[in-house]
Amino acid sequence: MADEALFQFLHSEIIQYINSAETGESENGRCVSKLENMGFRVGQGLIERFTKDTPRFKDELDVMKFICKDFWTSVFKKQIDNLRTNHQGIYVLQDNKFRLLTQLSAGKQYLEHAPKFLAFTCGLVRGALSNLGVKSIVTAEVSVMPACKFQVMIQKI
Amino acid sequence: MSRQSNRATDSKKMNSELFTLTYGALVTQLCKDYENDEEVNKQLDKMGYNIGVRLIEDFLARSSVGRCHDFRETADVIAKVAFKMYLGITPSVTNWSPAGDEFSLILESNPLVDFVELPDNHNNLVYSSLLCGVLRGALEMVQMAVDVRFAQDTLRGDNVTEIRMKFIKRIEENMPAGDE
Repeated sequence: MADEALFQFLHSEIIQYINSAETGESENGRCVSKLENMGFRVGQGLIERFTKDTPRFKDELDVMKFICKDFWTSVFKKQIDNLRTNHQGIYVLQDNKFRLLTQLSAGKQYLEHAPKFLAFTCGLVRGALSNLGVKSIVTAEVSVMPACKFQVMIQKI
Repeated sequence: MSRQSNRATDSKKMNSELFTLTYGALVTQLCKDYENDEEVNKQLDKMGYNIGVRLIEDFLARSSVGRCHDFRETADVIAKVAFKMYLGITPSVTNWSPAGDEFSLILESNPLVDFVELPDNHNNLVYSSLLCGVLRGALEMVQMAVDVRFAQDTLRGDNVTEIRMKFIKRIEENMPAGDE
């Protein structure tokens, strides 16, 4: 089944819509946070169905590994290439060829638009983590397309 | 890790759920942004159209289906190849008009509405409007102008979901469509 293509098309239509609906100065920020919120809801639903038959996670790191391997493979067809942590609640997930950026030109021209294409995924990860009992803030950065880094900051309660 | 046992099946299901849930999030957002349901339907249809005009290329590349000789063949390809490929279902083609220019696609199940229940205050929302747009956009790219609408919808209490398609005309000149 080729529904993966369908998701990519839908994803870019959503960005296009959200972007056109927002005008004014704070346009970019609001656009990103709307997309993030949508991702959050989707992440919550997705992880709940995905983990319903899996055993309980050992610890935070175990959860992160699950996100990097199983979750990422299911959603983006590849694993996270590199996971790093400072063991104090910050994790950096690096994807060298992020699926939702591969449609964009790899040069510098569209670099400023990259955050819009990552916001949904940030929300997706945050939503997934939140339903696994890990409260976090997820941000993303791109220096060279289509590679990107997601930074997960765990919020200690 | 013992957790990876049945990942292959999971992953496939998960991908269609990702699409379903994402679509749900979009409709929710649209309902927040627009006052009335008609506007939401229109926007969904428009987005579907934009997807359709791009999707047809993906479809032709993947399926290697050749030129259709008549509308009946087109109907078959849509139901048996396209729906199967992208949504994993095979709707049945029925209710042909005597002139052979109008038919119905009957969907026993609709993956888009898997986790959906319509609240009472959205009586006019055609939740899956996106599909109409996709079909219209895709067919327009192969020189067919069609009219697509939902005749029945399980979300509104009908037994099946029925998409009615009407052939309008052959587009002679391949003009660039009003793509945004």
